[in-house]
Amino acid sequence: MGKDLIQKSVKDSLFTGIIALALFGPIVGLRTVAKNEVLVVEPKWLVVLLIVIFCAVGRFFINIYTFKKEQRRGESSSLGKAIAHFLDEKGAQIAIGAIAFSIIFPFMPFADRYWMDIAIMMMTYIMLGWGLNIVIGLAGLLDLGYVAFYAVGAYSYALFAIHFGWSFWICLPIAGLFAGMFGILLGFPVLRLRGDYLAIVTLAFGEMIRILLLNWYELTKGPDGLTGIPRPSFFGLPFKRYPDEGVETFHTFFGLEYDPMQRIIFLYYLILILALITNAFTIKIRKLPVGRAWEALREDEIACKSLGVNPRNTKLTAFAVGAMFGGFAGSFFATRQAFISPESFTFIESAIIVAIVVLGGMGSQTGVVLSTIFLIGLIEVFRDFESYRMVAFGGAMVLIMIFRPRGILAKRKPTITMGKHG
Amino acid sequence: MEYFLQQLINGLTLGSVYGLIAIGYTMVYGIIGMINFAHGDIFMVGAFVALIAFILFALTSIALPIILILVLLIAMVFTACYGWTVEKLAYKPLRKSFRLAPLISALGMSIVLQNYVQAAQGARIKTLQPVIQGGFNFFKDSSFVVTLSYLQIFIVLVTIVLMAVFTLLITRTALGRAQRACEQDRTMTALMGINVDRTISMTFIIGSSLASVAGVMFVMYYGVIDFYIGFLAGIKAFTAAVLGGIGSIPGAMLGGLLIGLIETFWSGYISIEYKDIAAFTTLVIVLIFFPTGFLGKPDIEKV
Repeated sequence: MGKDLIQKSVKDSLFTGIIALALFGPIVGLRTVAKNEVLVVEPKWLVVLLIVIFCAVGRFFINIYTFKKEQRRGESSSLGKAIAHFLDEKGAQIAIGAIAFSIIFPFMPFADRYWMDIAIMMMTYIMLGWGLNIVIGLAGLLDLGYVAFYAVGAYSYALFAIHFGWSFWICLPIAGLFAGMFGILLGFPVLRLRGDYLAIVTLAFGEMIRILLLNWYELTKGPDGLTGIPRPSFFGLPFKRYPDEGVETFHTFFGLEYDPMQRIIFLYYLILILALITNAFTIKIRKLPVGRAWEALREDEIACKSLGVNPRNTKLTAFAVGAMFGGFAGSFFATRQAFISPESFTFIESAIIVAIVVLGGMGSQTGVVLSTIFLIGLIEVFRDFESYRMVAFGGAMVLIMIFRPRGILAKRKPTITMGKHG
Repeated sequence: MEYFLQQLINGLTLGSVYGLIAIGYTMVYGIIGMINFAHGDIFMVGAFVALIAFILFALTSIALPIILILVLLIAMVFTACYGWTVEKLAYKPLRKSFRLAPLISALGMSIVLQNYVQAAQGARIKTLQPVIQGGFNFFKDSSFVVTLSYLQIFIVLVTIVLMAVFTLLITRTALGRAQRACEQDRTMTALMGINVDRTISMTFIIGSSLASVAGVMFVMYYGVIDFYIGFLAGIKAFTAAVLGGIGSIPGAMLGGLLIGLIETFWSGYISIEYKDIAAFTTLVIVLIFFPTGFLGKPDIEKV
């Protein structure tokens, strides 16, 4: 048995080596480089050799390992299940702990500019994830064009703030409203479509919005983007070192030293509050008739129809509400960056948000947080290997789908049950 | 009139490229019911393999027709390896999973392929010197000279030959019979002693080779590629597959030609900046009004 196994494994790993050579030989081994305007090929056989050896040896060990594992089948213990169970029991305490941690986070000793920027970015993705979770997780509509609403929110915020000079708190609801309207507008034609068709059409919509932003130069300044978007102020008190004549600023009002971190911390709390509002809204609406209708629709559309739930209106509200939160996040993005261009709203952003929701376990609010920390953290860790970070990201998507196809927190618990053990 | 004719020629050429990619989408959808999101990137890999092969052969003194055949074969073989591996790694473990899992996995694979090629080959656009030059000119005495280049003839000819071979493969061989059987009922086919896994693998290999031929044509026709071409070409080819009726192979070719024509006429007569919107709008309109496409079978929803 042992000898047979080794022989088989050797054969198999040789085959793997040949395939790896075919895969990486031309693309990695023959790098095309422009020399004097003419492309020439620059061989890199050593790298290919290393990759091929790695693949073959790796395959060999996987073979032996999985063979051993087959004997121990049955006692399947999975980390994700344990986490899900743990979170289920201690859910409330952990949530409170996490919120408390995120509130004191800016005052932690290690929370410098770099950490705050990452925290703000993660919060933005968490908020987007929670917003999209309404569409994907609750209503079960796979939306691959969510970034379109994010873009609509950002651009409508920027345009209103630049042209009318309205403050953040007026523009924010307007941007949300605009994004929500777009959600209805885009939702209407696609309602009849099923799963993956819906995904492709929403993707197409997302790209259409981007192309429109890119080419409608009079309104959006096309690829140049919009600059000079007003920064948010603390109830009318701007964060500026040298304010205009007669304007009281945040630091003078509170009698503090000027510190650029004040604005960053304010932005952090802003996105934290926006994200928590999204979360609270989702938790509440799940218990309302419309939220229950979303979840019912996700499980069985035909049963819903026969019980008198109007699928069209239900789906439209899901689209609109999800889009609205995307719009809020977009306004935050615009005010934080003070510059937006269509570059920021490419398909890859949609893919990241969808990945966050699906990998977290669709419908799980905690899952969104966990997968954001994991995925955005992964992208951040690979920051120094610029070109490999998205390879790692895509690879993580595939691996999580293979090992936990229902996401990290793969437990789908109905919000409403009949009786205690129903 | 002359302008129209020129657009028609260009549209048919472009349509051949889309059609060849669309076949991969439609075959995979027919057999395992998933949208192979990474297929556009397989096409991109094919284009890169072709580019590298062309550069290498340019240093030798082999005659042009032999180079063309060799490049086509090389691209097909190497790209087929990619198709095969992608299926084995990312889709096969998920075959019995819930509906969205393969789609997400395919999305991840698409991101991996794009960024892997970017990392390995660089993010800059790559330019290839024209391989086939010259062509026929018509209406020489009118104000607009219509050109039918040798390259366009080559592209259309190769497409026709491949389609003929491919149709024979599907209709006459044991493999084609197995594929058609798998499309109808996979469990039953397995009970009849057909190796379903191998049939699915073969589907991916064939689809990827056809996409790689499209990649060869693309790099020859436009002369410029980068790691991102697979995304747009993929969506357009998917639109073509849906337009022709997803699951139907002649439909994919027909849809490809239509999308090629729509795109060329749109950029010729309406607006070149919004040419990608034409394809997307077609996709949306088709899915809403004729979800089964031209040659597709109606999809009956069962409880």
